[in-house]
Amino acid sequence: MKKVQFQSRLIPYLLLLPQLGIVGVFFLWPAAEAVRSSFYLEDPFGFGSTFVGFDNFIDTVTSTDYGRVARFTGVFTFFVTALSLGIALLLAVKADKVLRGASSYKTLLMWVYAVAPPVAGLIGILLFDQHVGPIVDLVAMFGWEMQVGVSYSDTAIAMVVAAVWKQVPVNFIFFLSGLQGISKSVQEAASIDCRSGFRRFWTVTFPLLAPTGFFLLIINITYAFFDTFGIIDVILKTEPGNNPVTLVYKVYLDGFRGNDLGGSSAQSVILMALVFILTIIQFRLIERRVHYT
Amino acid sequence: MAYRKTVASIVAAAAMLGTSSVSYAATEFTWWHAMGGRLGEVVNEISTGYNASQDACNLTPVFKGGYEDALTAGIAAFRAGEQPNILQVFDAGSATIIGAPGAVVPVEDLLNDNGVEFNIEDYIAGVRYFYADGEGKMIGMPFNSSAPILYVNEDAMKKAGVEAPKTYEEFEAIAPKLKEAGYVPLVQSHLPWEFVENFKSRHDLQFATNNNGYDGAEGTELIFGEPIRNHFKAVKKWLDADLFGYYGTGWGDNQAPFNEGKVALWIGSSGSFGGISKTVEFPFSATFLPYWDAVEGANKASFIGGAALFAMSGKSAEENKCTASFFEYLTSPEVQYMWHKETGYVPITEAAYELAKKDGHYDRTPAAEVGIQQLSLEGGEWTKGYRMGFYVQVRDVMNRELGKVMSGETDVDNAFDVIKADGDKLLERFAKTTGN
Repeated sequence: MKKVQFQSRLIPYLLLLPQLGIVGVFFLWPAAEAVRSSFYLEDPFGFGSTFVGFDNFIDTVTSTDYGRVARFTGVFTFFVTALSLGIALLLAVKADKVLRGASSYKTLLMWVYAVAPPVAGLIGILLFDQHVGPIVDLVAMFGWEMQVGVSYSDTAIAMVVAAVWKQVPVNFIFFLSGLQGISKSVQEAASIDCRSGFRRFWTVTFPLLAPTGFFLLIINITYAFFDTFGIIDVILKTEPGNNPVTLVYKVYLDGFRGNDLGGSSAQSVILMALVFILTIIQFRLIERRVHYT
Repeated sequence: MAYRKTVASIVAAAAMLGTSSVSYAATEFTWWHAMGGRLGEVVNEISTGYNASQDACNLTPVFKGGYEDALTAGIAAFRAGEQPNILQVFDAGSATIIGAPGAVVPVEDLLNDNGVEFNIEDYIAGVRYFYADGEGKMIGMPFNSSAPILYVNEDAMKKAGVEAPKTYEEFEAIAPKLKEAGYVPLVQSHLPWEFVENFKSRHDLQFATNNNGYDGAEGTELIFGEPIRNHFKAVKKWLDADLFGYYGTGWGDNQAPFNEGKVALWIGSSGSFGGISKTVEFPFSATFLPYWDAVEGANKASFIGGAALFAMSGKSAEENKCTASFFEYLTSPEVQYMWHKETGYVPITEAAYELAKKDGHYDRTPAAEVGIQQLSLEGGEWTKGYRMGFYVQVRDVMNRELGKVMSGETDVDNAFDVIKADGDKLLERFAKTTGN
């Protein structure tokens, strides 16, 4: 095979420049700015700022509310990730077996993907509204007086449901294409060896889906952490009260609503570190167990 | 109808574009506000009226979302050097903008420098000093000034055979009858504003050290004594006995059941008046925000709520002249009366109040006068207002902890201890930002 090489050593860098520029301007610069302002207390209008060292971090971590918000973020991320992966996998396995009307079935499952997060939140709010929500009426028949916006756990449930509903189609599409990528011969060989469809799934299909699953796991955790912002904002109507909020939402509340730039920057730096650590753990620990073919 | 309205507004906008391009000599200036819905329409009417009244200036009002959004947008624009000429800032944000010297041109200076007569005595007593600095100089022009008042569903009163309560003691007496008649007896819509800040004002109780924060940010601490703790203990008791309804932090969620006729008494803003009279289908009236007779010295005036207009600094003398002339137009009795009549916000000058009286507005709709009457009640040592930084977050803390009280996650004493601890910490942080 003929090897093609650039004439000049500079051209590859030149071609990389736009991408690096975008990363620099839109990711690195703001991140550096956040780190800088996390060490300052600044008046909102920018007239003066005082260097306060680690005060912003200490204030953040020792505040009564921060632990509560961090715990909720963990629980929320776990449920959103587990439920949206689990439901999507189940639907994909079933859809893979459907022969007749397969495409309409798949389209029905996928269309939600096109819904923007705030719209998903809005639909959630309509369904869960205290005064007119049909889901509230439904559960009331079973004696559950659901009050989204008043009860902490009820609001959390509404958030998880809306977030999962929005994410299932994405996972479904990936799982389905993953399933369709598993070769027929492997499946046929497996069905000769083992009659139990359940066992075949766990011993053959599932491990072969692992690369897709691992990719989706990371995507889903990031989704639950950051992209659910729109859903949460709409469900809370920007007035959190005693309702649960995630760490990212708290950054917004303190920084953009409360104009506490230093405190909010400190929180986002903590969050950056957290995501950094999480990513390392994921690649170090989990990826070792995943086999790419 | 909606379609016609849209077409009409597009035509009007096109016409306005036409005029502004012809009279290119006019100085353009902008006003960022947070008045949505019906209120936004009235804001646009006022601007159109102002533009039609003179040729030198052309005002463009821009809706920036809720109060917090407008303030944040204004701050971001200021930092980028692209601030509007006029920014509407709400009561809870006033410490932020007044605490940043150099961000705004004090309205008193602006008017004096541009030859517009200014006399603080022309304004009604309740609005004079809320947006003023420590020396009493008016910094922001009070615009949409409101008071929390009690709206009464007259059908409910008739059905239960009771009168609207003046005090919370009276409410406790009639609440079971209202419940029996099939109504939720009482609902509020903004715990920090109606049950904390104005509770302090109505009962003439100190809200914070340092003269409620007016004497400086450093060392300002919140004060929550027995009366307010007892109030919330009573509210929680009513809630558990179905004598009080709580539907979360959102204003609309709490107003909706009143509009639907399920609630007998609802504490809202005097500025809710215009909207309510257009939506509800039952006869309603309004009266003062109740107080506890048991608290000595109660039944004082409430704090002025709502928002003020601030003239942002860094603008040319020409544009500032326009801003001053707009403020003059805005405070004229006719415009104030129109704003008051359409929205329910109180007129901010004595002259406008007189005009409304003379026109017979209050004979036709007595409920419209309740807000200004409440603001004109006898004042006390602690009814002037409060000045606290990071106050939007302090309110968030109140909403969080008091919400927990309502949902039974914590008790009243614990909630106020946490509000004081977290609130004081926020105030301390704010003091550091301005201390340099």
